[in-house]
Formats: sequence, structure tokens, C-alpha cells
Amino acid sequence: MSDLLKVSSSPHVRAKDDTTRIMLYVILALMPTTIFGIFNFGLRALALVVVCMATCVLSEYLFEKAIGKKSTVGDLSAAVTGLLLALNLPHTLPIWQAVIGSVFAIVVVKMLFGGLGQNFMNPALGGRVFLVISFAATMTHFEFDGVAGATPLALLKSGEAVNTIDMLIGRTGGTIGETSTICILIGAIILILLGVIDLTIPGVYICSFVVFLVLFGGHGLDSTFIVAHLCGGGLMLGAFFMATDYVTSPITPMGKVLFGICLGVLTGIFRIFGNSAEGVSFAIIFSNLLVPLIEKVTVPRAFGVTRVKKPKEVKANE
Amino acid sequence: MNKNIERLVNGLWKENPTFVLMLGMCPTLAVTTSAINGIGMGLSTTVVLVLSNIMISALRNLIPDRVRMPAFIVVVASFVTIVQFLMQGFTPSLYASLGIYIPLIVVNCIILGRAESYASKNPVIPSLFDGVGMGLGFTVGLTFIGIVREVLGNGSVFDIAIKPLNDYHITLFGLAPGAFIVLGFLVAVMNVVRRKMEAKGRPLPEVQGCLAGDCTTCTLSTACTGKSMVHVKPEEIPVNPKDVAKPVPNTNVEVKHADNQHNTEDVEEAGRASSYADEMLEGKGEDE
Repeated sequence: MSDLLKVSSSPHVRAKDDTTRIMLYVILALMPTTIFGIFNFGLRALALVVVCMATCVLSEYLFEKAIGKKSTVGDLSAAVTGLLLALNLPHTLPIWQAVIGSVFAIVVVKMLFGGLGQNFMNPALGGRVFLVISFAATMTHFEFDGVAGATPLALLKSGEAVNTIDMLIGRTGGTIGETSTICILIGAIILILLGVIDLTIPGVYICSFVVFLVLFGGHGLDSTFIVAHLCGGGLMLGAFFMATDYVTSPITPMGKVLFGICLGVLTGIFRIFGNSAEGVSFAIIFSNLLVPLIEKVTVPRAFGVTRVKKPKEVKANE
Repeated sequence: MNKNIERLVNGLWKENPTFVLMLGMCPTLAVTTSAINGIGMGLSTTVVLVLSNIMISALRNLIPDRVRMPAFIVVVASFVTIVQFLMQGFTPSLYASLGIYIPLIVVNCIILGRAESYASKNPVIPSLFDGVGMGLGFTVGLTFIGIVREVLGNGSVFDIAIKPLNDYHITLFGLAPGAFIVLGFLVAVMNVVRRKMEAKGRPLPEVQGCLAGDCTTCTLSTACTGKSMVHVKPEEIPVNPKDVAKPVPNTNVEVKHADNQHNTEDVEEAGRASSYADEMLEGKGEDE
């Protein structure tokens, strides 16, 4: 028989994409904001990024070694977790706290639940929230140009004026990766062009957040207020890089919309009515928990299947 | 006496209420922010448990079966009230930090569980030792969780600061999520120890009662929804004429069959073990 007639089992069409490649794309897309963060906050920021990435990779390697599983360090997901976690930390954070946060993110949030694909919440955000709760003082201490000060969002909350141009470029206080909206948008465009993420979740997230702000923000259609809220804090970073995490976001199209609305409304509630100025990380984690529910509700109907009324269940046991 | 010691060990290790039976999780998670709180909660529960076990065991032939739950609750609640007033009088600071969880001892499932499954069926003395064992097991569990959480969350043990750790404490472990995480890790460690001991050929004795599906001695089995109800036959479903054409979903019954098989196997094995013992004796006789 000629080679032409030999047929292998499906799948016959293969894409080059695998986990490693997608994670590489994400790291690439995070590069602009990382480099800007290091430029903005100095070598201290670089040290944090390196420490977080190294700790995450190492703790995943050691954990898998300890329980006798095949090492999955090569898929780079731990490196992405470390990088995202570092971008969510203020550059003044003590190194040991960053190490504890990284270990928590990988071991407790990711590996204990079964590793990549099984984690119920975004590991990087899990690590960040762990740190925010544990070390509230150092996690909310922001310096810019050597001067300790409030973040633009905190200023906004106390009713003071903010400079939106500075916030767009990123010349403000905040965590390492969240300040520069422009750099994050460059990364987001890279991800969208490479086909890694689609616009549904971030789009719906941002739109519903804006609607919430207009309705309940207390400033109506004040464009400065809205732009400041969009550029301030972790909204952009969260919307494009964390809310779109494959594992912890819904896969159904309708589910994505619902997920985005949840995120927008929760972020709005936390920012406007909550005690702290920032609420993106809590909103995303909370919505992560809702994902199984959302997916259950929004399973698309197969073509040709009509909805049947459920017959009354015969109770067998009672 | 031997049986009494067995009861003590049973509560402390084999059926430790915190790490094995997973009973009384509400106080376990809520009050163990420090070692002192853990000990206080554990000991007050122990006192109530011992006293109520004695009382219920003494009254076991007087309490009608139908109203046993209210009767147990009345007994337990009286002792809890006594303990509560004593604590309020003599240890006001502990009383303040334990708060609502002291009155809640009334509905602690360890106490009601022991009353239902042990004290109401056994004489006074073994019930007393059962209460002491279970209570101490609970105290040890709570204290241990309390120590771990206090060290990690506050950098101290029994309010004595540990110098280098004091500067590096992680607040989360003093809060609710820390309780869940610490408990999870401790139970995991406990399971690893259990498995290691089994691998070494010194297996811990199997858990008896509800957890092992041993329903034969349980009076609650008719109300129980547990999966291994061996002796309860599935009730005949009144067949609706409309449903005759459709096959009635019968999965439940099959599951029960599977359980039956499993359980009879166990019984057979036990029987074999005992007959084996008999053979040994016989063999001995032959040798002589």
C-alpha cells in the first residue's frame, strides 16, 4: 500500500500552539509594562520580578519532585504566575514577603488543587490577595520618586484632583506593573493580534464598569473621573492579563459576557462603596469562584436539540 | 479497666474528633486564633462532655427513645450554663475572647454524637472515660491548631513572643482563611502518618461506627441517608400506571446491592479470621 492510504487516527489538523508557546506570548506581551515598571521604580522592581519568577518556578519544581509527579516547569506557566505576581506588588515590598506570596500562589492555590488547569482561582491574584491580607501595611505603601504618597485611586477616593496624562503614561505611584496604561494596552494588542485572548471578557468588563461608574459613581458623566478610574489601579492589567486566564474564566460565549459583567459590577462596588480604593483583585478572584456556576448555566444548546420539559422525577428513595 | 484505657486512646488518637472524625468544626475553625483560646475551648468542652456523658449514661434506661434528643439537649445545656457562669466568674478574659462559642457548646456535634452513639448505650464508667478521651482529643487538636496559627500569625506561643519570628508573622493565619489552610495541612499530615504506619505493617485500627459503614449497632439507621444501609431494604415504589411503560430508574437499588456485597465480604472475612483462630487452637491441640 502506498503511504497515501495510511490514515492515522484523529486529530488530523494540528496547530503549533501549545501551553509553552502561549505562555511565552503572555510573557512577551507583559514585557513593555515590566520594562516600564523597572524604568519607573528602579532596580528594586527588577529584583522583585526576578525573585518572584524564580521562587514560583522553584516551588513548582520542588513540589512536583516531593510528590513524585512529572515536572511541568517547562510549560512556563509558573514563570508567568511569578511575573504577574511581581507586577502586582509595590516595589518597596520586602523580598521575604514576595517569596512567601510566590510560594503560596504556586503551592496552595495551584499545585494543591491539581496543577495547571485545575486551579480554581488565578494563582498570581491568589498570591497577591494573600499578601494584601497578611501584610496590609507594606502592601499598601506606595512610593514614587522616593516620596511616599497615595495612589491616584486613593486620591480620587478622597476627592482630590488627579493628572490623567500622568496616569496614562504611568508616572504615578502604584504597583510595579499597573501604573502605565499605555504599556499594558500595547501588551494587550500583542495578545489579541497573536490570538491568545479575545476581547469579550475585557471588553464587557470595562464597559460594565463604566456603566456602573456613571450610574453609581456620584460624578455622572464626568469624563476625567471615568478615565482616571479606568487608568488607575489594576483595572487594565487585571482585565487583559488576569481575567482572561484560560483556566479560571468561562469558555462559553454567553458565560464570558456574564463573567465580564460580574467583574465590572464587583469592581465598581468595591471601588465606590468599599473601604479600600482598589478592588480589582478581589473582584477577579470572587468571579473566578463563580465560573463553574456560570458555565453550568450557559451551556449552549446543540444544533437541532429542542428544549424538553423535564418529566417529573420519581422519588425512588422516599 | 482495659476497656476504659481503650476508650481514652480511642478519643485521643484513633477517632480523634478534630483530625479523624472532623466533628465540631465550627469552634475548631473559629476560636483557634491562639493556643490559649484552643486550650480554653477544648477544656470547657471536655468538662461538659464528661459530665453530660455521665448523666446521660446514668439516665439511659429512663429516657424514652422517642424523646432522647430533647432530653440530651436539656442535659447538655444545663452543664454548658454551669460552665459558662463559672468561666464568666473565674476566667473573664478567656470568656470574652471565646464569646458566643461557649453557649454554642450545647449544639457541638461531638457532645451530641458521643451521647447518641456511646453514652446512651454504655454504663457510666466507660462513658466517663469515653468523654475524657474524646474531650482530651478535641483539646489536643484545638491546641495544636492554635499553636500553629499563633506561631505563624502572631509570632508567639501562649502569648510569649518568639523573637525572630515575631517580626515575620503572617497575619492571614490569625484570620478565618488561615484556620482552613492550617486545618487542611494538619489533616493531610495526619493522613500521611496513618499511611506510613500502614505501610510499615502496623496499621491503625479501622474506624468503627458510622464512618466505616457499620450500621448494625446504630439506632439512627432508619433515619440515616448513608450509603451503606445494609439491612434496610429499599421500599417498594408504588407504581403509577403512567410510568409502567418507562423503565423505572433503579440505580439506587443497585448501588445498595453493591454495598451489600462489599459488606458481606467484610463479614465473611471476619468470619474467616475467627475460624482461622479456631484452627490454630485445634492445631495446637493436635500437637499436644
